[in-house]
Amino acid sequence: MTQATSQPSKIAGMTGRAVIVALAVLTAAAALPLVLTNYQVGLATEMLIFGVLAMSIDILAGFAGRTSLGHGAIFGVSGYVVVYASAQAGLPPAMAFALGVIAASLVAVIFALLAVRTSGVYFLLLTLALGMIVWGICLRWTQVTGGENGMRGDVRPALLVTHRAFYWAVLAGVTAVSYAMWRFVRSPFGLTLLGIRDSESRMRSLGYNVSLHLFIGFTVSGFFAGIAGALYAMFNNFVSPSTVALAQSVEGVLMMIAGGVGTLFGGFVGAAAIIALENAVSAYTERWQMVLGITFILIMIFAPEGIIGTLRAILTRKQR
Amino acid sequence: MNTFQLFNGLTFAALLFVVASGFTLIFGLLRIVNLAHGALYLFGGYIGFAVATKTGSFVLGGLGAMAAMAAIGFVLDQGLLRFVRGHDLRQVLLTLGFAFVLNDLALVIWGGDSFTVPIPQVLRGGLRVFGVFYPTYRLFVLATGIVVFATLWVLLNHTRLGALIRAGVDDAEMVEASGVNIGRVFLVTFLLGSALAGLGGLMGGAFLSLYPSADAEILVFSLAVVIIGGRGSLIGVGVGSLLVGLLNTLGQVMFPELAYFVIFGPMAVLLAFRPLGLFGRAA
Repeated sequence: MTQATSQPSKIAGMTGRAVIVALAVLTAAAALPLVLTNYQVGLATEMLIFGVLAMSIDILAGFAGRTSLGHGAIFGVSGYVVVYASAQAGLPPAMAFALGVIAASLVAVIFALLAVRTSGVYFLLLTLALGMIVWGICLRWTQVTGGENGMRGDVRPALLVTHRAFYWAVLAGVTAVSYAMWRFVRSPFGLTLLGIRDSESRMRSLGYNVSLHLFIGFTVSGFFAGIAGALYAMFNNFVSPSTVALAQSVEGVLMMIAGGVGTLFGGFVGAAAIIALENAVSAYTERWQMVLGITFILIMIFAPEGIIGTLRAILTRKQR
Repeated sequence: MNTFQLFNGLTFAALLFVVASGFTLIFGLLRIVNLAHGALYLFGGYIGFAVATKTGSFVLGGLGAMAAMAAIGFVLDQGLLRFVRGHDLRQVLLTLGFAFVLNDLALVIWGGDSFTVPIPQVLRGGLRVFGVFYPTYRLFVLATGIVVFATLWVLLNHTRLGALIRAGVDDAEMVEASGVNIGRVFLVTFLLGSALAGLGGLMGGAFLSLYPSADAEILVFSLAVVIIGGRGSLIGVGVGSLLVGLLNTLGQVMFPELAYFVIFGPMAVLLAFRPLGLFGRAA
């Protein structure tokens, strides 16, 4: 980031300081299960998984300037396929996982083919409608999806049945995926997406194939959302229409915005904040949907830059 | 498709028209994609149901639903949306948050059971039309759809308010500059659109019934109508409603479990050629 001051002696594309920060965060995250109860470890696992979903949405929203309301559906399709493949078709977990991610990527390809020609509000509308079609199919196609009751199945490999073992496995996976996403948005390809976000017409006149870049960006984003969905299916051992519902996409977008659009790793902060809030609220009331809606309204009015962005703005204002 | 199914498609299209015309009016003029529109439909339906069962009058139920939704629309527009004017994305996401609140509120008040708005005595039973015996109420829905279309047509094309709305769709700043309080025109349009959602809720509540996820279903149909028809065009909504209504019925007959998928096909084809919809124009 500030390459002028520190020598560009880079390890795996990161500056020395970034490596130290990353290692410190990772060590702390890996040590967490040693001090937390099983229930809290479960929550932490959920935060990691939803962090990946929020980051996958941020690839499009923060770096290509297109907010998707269909990622919950992509995420959910992966979950459905994982549970179906292992519980109904009897495939081994690794195979089920791979199939889930492939299915999600294919759905993302279809979404992308339709959505790349639109932008702004139209993009939002279209991804919303596409996501709802997936939801409608999961709800109505009872023979395969189990309809409103959803599907249950022990998806986890025997090695990862305990909360802690699963947490560590997810942490390892999420670390690798986050690194991949970070490299992706900083690659020349990612910079092209940024260019498209800032000025589509200029990129087009420079000779970039805007639609193709958006198509690939969407597909990659869907691939990562699919990984999050497959992990979530293994975490929960259960999928139902609410896994693919609009609320899922909305929560993902909310986490992404709460963490800060275009910050990528902010996704984890947003996911942690929203899941902690959900957990705290459900101790007192069953009205999580309402709290979610109110949170959404408040963030849109008061903190559209996200929690981190707003705190930073307040701090700099005070310092002056 | 036989005559009976054709009528099913047409009556469903009429309902869609009533709901989606409110949506597209707001979208066209205010540039606000009101994702709470589905929630307004459901909430309006519930209130219409409550009023209609209490007073025994279907008409009062309709008026109650429309008035209540206009009031909620007022709160949404003046109480919340005014803080995010000019930010397209924040507006949309805010209405989405509002939809969540409304839905949950409906769940608190009316619970998860499904309700059917009682049909007035006059409209019960059936009529013989074009060789089939068809429910009178659904013919009434079809007629209402046509009446709403005609009313909106006259309103938009032959009144001063309509002229202001059309001018506002094209260039709001110029209208403002020529001394018109465009803010008031915006507000009236928003209330009218919300009231139409309420009316749709009552009408739909009598033959599709009202239940907690009905809002999402009607919203996705409305979105399809607007995506196909284009932003802010009355003709577009009409054509879009007919297409979606008929295709949905066709889908239900041929692939009952994948009916949703059938509206997806034409949407995809259309977007490939006209990203702004059949009658949409670039903003």
